[in-house]
Amino acid sequence: MRILAAMSGGVDSAVAAARAVEAGHDVVGVHLALSRMPGTLRTGSRGCCTIEDSNDAFRACDTLGIPFYVWDFSDRFKADVVDNFVEEYQAGRTPNPCLRCNEKIKFEALLDRAIALGFDAVVTGHYARVARAEDGTVELHRAADDAKDQSYVLGVLREDQLEHCWFPLADTPSKALVREEAERRGLGVAAKPDSHDICFIPDGDTRGWLAERIDLTPGRIVDQDGTDLGEHAGAHAFTVGQRKGLSMGRPAPDGKPRYVLQVRPKENRVVVGPQELLEVDRLTGIRASFAGAEHPAAAAGTWEEAHVQVRAHAEPVPALVRWAGGPGSWTVQARLEGSLRGVAPGQSMVIYQGTRVVGQATIETAHSSAWDPSALATNADAAV
Amino acid sequence: MLTLLGSGEPGKPGPWSLWHRSRLLAVSSTPVYLDYAATAPLAPAARASILEHLDLVGNPNSLHGPGRAAHRLVEESRERLAAAIGVHPSEILFTSGGTEADNLGLKGAFWAAVAERPRARGILLTGAEHHAVLDTVEWLARHEGAVPFFAPLHADGSVDLPAWEELLARHAGDLALSTLMWANNEVGTVQPVVAAAAAALRVGVPLHTDAVQALGHVPVALRAPGIASAALSAHKIGGPVGVGALVLGRDRTPVALQHGGGQERSLRSGTLDAVGVAAFAAAAEAAVAALDAERTRLEGLRSRLVEGLARAVPHAVVNGPAGPDAVGRRLPGTVHVTLPGCEGDTVLFMLDMAGIASSTGSACTAGVAGPSHVLMAMGADEATARCVQRFSLGAGSTEADVDALLAALPGAVAAASAAGPASGRHDGTVRRTETTKGEAA
Repeated sequence: MRILAAMSGGVDSAVAAARAVEAGHDVVGVHLALSRMPGTLRTGSRGCCTIEDSNDAFRACDTLGIPFYVWDFSDRFKADVVDNFVEEYQAGRTPNPCLRCNEKIKFEALLDRAIALGFDAVVTGHYARVARAEDGTVELHRAADDAKDQSYVLGVLREDQLEHCWFPLADTPSKALVREEAERRGLGVAAKPDSHDICFIPDGDTRGWLAERIDLTPGRIVDQDGTDLGEHAGAHAFTVGQRKGLSMGRPAPDGKPRYVLQVRPKENRVVVGPQELLEVDRLTGIRASFAGAEHPAAAAGTWEEAHVQVRAHAEPVPALVRWAGGPGSWTVQARLEGSLRGVAPGQSMVIYQGTRVVGQATIETAHSSAWDPSALATNADAAV
Repeated sequence: MLTLLGSGEPGKPGPWSLWHRSRLLAVSSTPVYLDYAATAPLAPAARASILEHLDLVGNPNSLHGPGRAAHRLVEESRERLAAAIGVHPSEILFTSGGTEADNLGLKGAFWAAVAERPRARGILLTGAEHHAVLDTVEWLARHEGAVPFFAPLHADGSVDLPAWEELLARHAGDLALSTLMWANNEVGTVQPVVAAAAAALRVGVPLHTDAVQALGHVPVALRAPGIASAALSAHKIGGPVGVGALVLGRDRTPVALQHGGGQERSLRSGTLDAVGVAAFAAAAEAAVAALDAERTRLEGLRSRLVEGLARAVPHAVVNGPAGPDAVGRRLPGTVHVTLPGCEGDTVLFMLDMAGIASSTGSACTAGVAGPSHVLMAMGADEATARCVQRFSLGAGSTEADVDALLAALPGAVAAASAAGPASGRHDGTVRRTETTKGEAA
């Protein structure tokens, strides 16, 4: 096969590419230039803050004896990931930019381009497994190494995308073995540290980064019943589960600390309440998709036993899920058996059955069954 | 979905297998090399010179026998190079290459001029200069108070001489220097440097010329009145990488950029690479001696390419001077084309896969191809300036090379059209919202 190996400059993608080469495929390495430097007299100096990663990827390709290119996706990355990240926060949601990047950049823009240029598949260093069901349909599963499993951030991939994906690290028992393999293959990135931060916020200060991009407008803080408690400097500075920085000046009647339960940007209100209401067991999700074939229960609209995971490395929790709508407009409801803490709208809920990823949806609402936040909306005008 | 690579008729090697073959046959070089403007293969004369002197011992500045031998090689090389390009040996300062020569010729001259006339901080240039000139002037503007004045270009890339003269007349008292490349590295347009320098001289403004692409390909009159300095590079003419020269009038005293042993008229300290400068001189002698014959031969190959291109990719636009009188106004071996709707880096990628080395003109250090600043200076919009490809021919180029390109190009162009712009740049599908408050302001 003709394979395009997406090379981040890290050890995982280098080893993934190496395995593709070893399997006898024609492999070409491509590094995506995603960030941008401020313009100078010299136009188009894009992607230049990734020089070190780009060079690491280049050196890995040298070692593997495969061609290497840098593709500039910075405009798309800015529009589809960075701008979207800001817009989501502006709308009071907490997005996952890595998931979004997989959806829009790596497995859409890059994959489309690769197919147009004659490649059969894109290889990445993700820890997840693409498998064929007996009926020939493609499925996405968790990786063998639970600690490294990245199926969560790939849950957004559709059937047509999975058809052209290959994750050679799927069955690697541990990351340590990948590093050993890199060492053995003479790849210089063998000991390179993993990246954890959001790549376009290099200092990790997401709040500070957002503050430079979102204007704060003072608004009201209310409790779970809508009772006015004071003023906040700007709703976007708050995130669900936050306790510090509320500065309400007076304690709750029961003397217990209060936490942010909801951010309601349309009303510019921040809802706070007791810790127990952070424990959510009712989720609704929009923009749902299936990682492979549509689940048979979706069209039937029946409740289905599954597991729901809401963060990259969170524990999956047992739940009953039900789909509604149809292709292009699927939504999901989930009733959790237990509860989850500090779940914010905008996060993705990925639905598993066993190791298989059934699909995902963007969380629109998340609340405790002991509290109905929709009641707040009715007295919004009075409160503002 | 289009599947172009390797989708040729059964039994016939597709571009992919060609590439695969090339990968097996040649590890360090591709079979069809059409990027002479980036760097040229080592010329036989330079190769012989390097091999002859490779074991040379001795610092040219040492006072003993080995030192004198190295010194002699350097000075003989200086004389040979001077003779080849028609200047006096003492007018040659060897450097590490064209970029260093441009930096010394511009920064050094700017500082010297400003020391004499502190208020004259203007630099007259065009937007089509090589980055070694453009970025140096930009740096001087940012850090040293230089004021760039950009002269307009004609659509073929040549400077608008009346406008150049008018800018000189209007800003004469404010200009520290002027600069105009002899031949453009992307489009290949030869500039009227002699006339531009004469005009500058009339108002007392010195002119620096980047002659890196011109040397060995078109005649260069580096002693024409008004030319204060010229940058040259060895590896564009088959010499080694890492050697260049600043041709500097004997009356010029720029401020040195590096200090130390006081070599090269105390303007460029640092031990000279005797083997390198000897190979540079050998390559220059050979290139200048072969200039007329090569020029005719390359013009022939160029015509073959341009005519074949009109058939293979009818919507391609050849940039730079055209028409019956164009031969003297362009580099003979450069073909610069706009391939509408085809991102330059995608075409380059597809050709590379087919074993053909070409260029988009400029790339940043991370390897990302940018829009051609030259084409934009010639009036093109950014989207068009991204869809360019440069094919540059040289001493080793053959009709077979041109034919291989013409055979591969339609497939590469079709694939690039199908792939579309990498980032939705010109299809309007990408929302253009500015999210940084500072940017919006």
